[in-house]
Amino acid sequence: MELLITSYSHLHDNKVVVNDRLVFYQENILKFADFIKSVYKQEQITYPKFYKMDFMSKTGFLAAELLLKETTVAGYCPESVGVILSNSSSSLDTDIAHNETIKNRSGYFPSPSVFVYTLPNIVIGEICIRNNFKGENAFFISETFNGKLLVDYVEELFINKRVEACLCGWIEVLGNNCNALMALVENSELRQQQADGNYKPIPFNAENLNLIMSRN
Amino acid sequence: MDELINKLKKEVIEQLNLEEISPDDIDPDSSLFGEGLGLDSIDALELIVLLEKNYGIKIEDPKDGKKIFHSIRTMAEYITEHKK
Repeated sequence: MELLITSYSHLHDNKVVVNDRLVFYQENILKFADFIKSVYKQEQITYPKFYKMDFMSKTGFLAAELLLKETTVAGYCPESVGVILSNSSSSLDTDIAHNETIKNRSGYFPSPSVFVYTLPNIVIGEICIRNNFKGENAFFISETFNGKLLVDYVEELFINKRVEACLCGWIEVLGNNCNALMALVENSELRQQQADGNYKPIPFNAENLNLIMSRN
Repeated sequence: MDELINKLKKEVIEQLNLEEISPDDIDPDSSLFGEGLGLDSIDALELIVLLEKNYGIKIEDPKDGKKIFHSIRTMAEYITEHKK
C-alpha cells in the first residue's frame, strides 16, 4: 500500500500556500484575527458559524476548506474519512480568552461560546461537521511538530482499514502566531479524484511533511 | 421600547458574533431560534449572560427562557419589566 499526500495547505506568517502555490499573502497584517478573516473573505466561503469559532478552529476549518477546494473526498464513505491533528499549545489561546472572562469576581461572566472551545479537538469537530466526516479522529500534543508521530498513527489507521482517506496535520495558534499544515492522505490504489493538474502527489512520510513545513 | 429594541439588536449581534448581519436585518418580531436568526443552544446561553451582564437580570427558571428569548421584542419586554 502506498500512501500519498494528495493535497495540502499551509498557513503561516500572513501566507497561505496550497499545493505549492501561494494563494494569499498580505505583508502588512499585524493581527492574526485580521489575517484569518481576510483569508475567509478572499475564499468567498459562506458559513456564518465561522465567526463564532475560536482562532484555532477558524484556522483548521480554513486549512481544510482550502485543501478540499483542490480535490474531493466525496467518493469516500463518511465513516472512512479520518482527521488526525496535532499542535504544541493545545487550546491555550482560547483558555487565555476564557480566563479573561472569569478572572475578576466582580465581573464574573464566563462566556459559554468561548468555553466550548477550551479543548483542542473541537477544531476536528468543526471540520467534521462542515464536511460530514465520521471517521477516526485524534488530537496529539507535542512540543514541536512531529511528522513521524502523524505518519505512524495515520499509517496504522490505513493498515487496519479504519480510514480510506485522512486529513492530518498541525494547527498551532497562539496570540498572533500561527503555523498550520493540513495534508490529505490517500491510498494510491483507492484514490478517486486527481488533485489539481499542477501538483504532483508525494509520498506520505515524515521527511515530506517536514519539507512542506519548512519550505513555504 | 424602540430604542431598547435597537440597542438589543446591536448587543445581540456583538455578543453572538453575527458578523454578516446588521441591525436592520433583524425583524424584532421574528423568531431568534429555528428559522429566524438560526441561533443554537450555545447562543441561548450567551443571551442569558447578556441579560445578566448588561441589564442585571438573572433568569431564575430556565423554563422561562423559551418565552423570553422568542424574539428581540419579547426580550425587550422582559427587560422593561425586570430591569433593576
